[in-house]
Amino acid sequence: MSDQNQLDDSPPQDQKLPLDSWHRRQGARMVSFAGYEMPIQYEGIMAEHVWTRENAGLFDVSHMGQVVFTGDSADKELEKILPGEIQKLGVNRIRYSLLLAQDGGILDDLMVTRRSDDIYAVVNGATKYDDLAYIIDNMPDSVTINLMDDHALLALQGPKAGAALASFIPEVDTLYFMMAGAFVLDGMDLWISRSGYTGEDGFEISVAAQDAEKLADILCGHEDVKPIGLGARDSLRLEAGLPLYGHDLTAEITPIQADLGFALNKRRRAEGGFAGAQRVLGEHKDGATMKRVGLFVEGRQPIREGAIIVDDAGKEIGQVTSGGFAPSLERPIAMAYVPSELSVEGTALTAQQRGKPFAVTVTKMPFVPHNYRRKPKA
Amino acid sequence: MSRYFTEDHEWIEVNGSVATVGITDYAQEQLGDVVFVEVPESGKELTKGDDAAVVESVKAASDVYAPVSGKVNGGNAALADDPSLINTDPEGEGWFFKLDLSDAGQLDGLMDDAAYKEFVASL
Repeated sequence: MSDQNQLDDSPPQDQKLPLDSWHRRQGARMVSFAGYEMPIQYEGIMAEHVWTRENAGLFDVSHMGQVVFTGDSADKELEKILPGEIQKLGVNRIRYSLLLAQDGGILDDLMVTRRSDDIYAVVNGATKYDDLAYIIDNMPDSVTINLMDDHALLALQGPKAGAALASFIPEVDTLYFMMAGAFVLDGMDLWISRSGYTGEDGFEISVAAQDAEKLADILCGHEDVKPIGLGARDSLRLEAGLPLYGHDLTAEITPIQADLGFALNKRRRAEGGFAGAQRVLGEHKDGATMKRVGLFVEGRQPIREGAIIVDDAGKEIGQVTSGGFAPSLERPIAMAYVPSELSVEGTALTAQQRGKPFAVTVTKMPFVPHNYRRKPKA
Repeated sequence: MSRYFTEDHEWIEVNGSVATVGITDYAQEQLGDVVFVEVPESGKELTKGDDAAVVESVKAASDVYAPVSGKVNGGNAALADDPSLINTDPEGEGWFFKLDLSDAGQLDGLMDDAAYKEFVASL
């Protein structure tokens, strides 16, 4: 047997994360990912996926970059490379945004939180050093940039995540989706964001590296919480229709092509003034030539990243950027870029993988409904 | 009947001139949850090392090679409805396909049960 798709494409010198030995004690299978040794699974991807959709899963996402920007003009300066509303972002409010190249290509996707004294961002692990280099190049010296590499990041996700975390820290009940705050648990300082990348309610918890094991043990001591690996994290985010940087998003893709127009705030669209604005705003107005869509795949065989979309003559007209078997739907699903005129829900297309044709249908995303705890409208 | 093993984690059960081919428990453990299996058509001539079957888990697609040469004499139809047989009973009900051996001498280079166990332990 041979693996056709290997996760292992990172440099040989893998670093260890603060929870490395903790994962191994829980029986994790470790793989190379984004330059780190990370747990791909504990008991099995399918069981872990289903557990997270029904209970609560604890994910180690410490490979991601936690970055803090300090300085009075940090928000204004960030707006030069992000198309989102940062200046008017409320304190302890979170925005999903995109780090844009000068040509409008997506260099990364990230979460940005305004805190009382600084701006906290979480960027992807595989891109964090490139992001920092680009950000430093585009920031005046008056803004100080700190990579919090002495901190771990744990995500607690699932319909029972709220109750589980509140059983240890009752005050987290005050947080709704995309809100954050500082909390203390048993002497540990935690920065908790009500956000995540599974489509479920949940939290991302920033904790000092030396406290990470203690926190993981406390959370997994709850009967509804189990550790979940990267494998299920990928199938969960795919079902939630959330794009994965390096796969569904790259420097060749713009926000409008990626169907992430919601990340462009109204004021920013009117004012422009961000990297790639001309192209991005032009596409926002007139549409892009291609678009990211969700696909249902007929049959049981998954199509994966690298499969192509072909026309009736067999000519390549699109690319599959993520794909796999959806455990909650018990069928294969995928994300692909297709010509915009073929991006309408219900459009029947043909994918091709290793010479074999697959019938696929353009489908609305998310594939599995989001289950966020949104703030009730006043 | 005797059972042979390859370094690619396939098993071959030989009964007269017919060989039944599957993957080992170690292999299914590495693959994780199997969601799809494609077995070869009966009558297909396979040469040792050819791609013979496809097995897809949640995380990846893998090829199963023909461990020896021969003509396919039936695939395991039960896998279409229940690919998880590969996980639950890889060395029994989860067999992939049968081959009419064209060169029984190819079996000589394969491992027996004890040698395979030792091989896995060394990984």
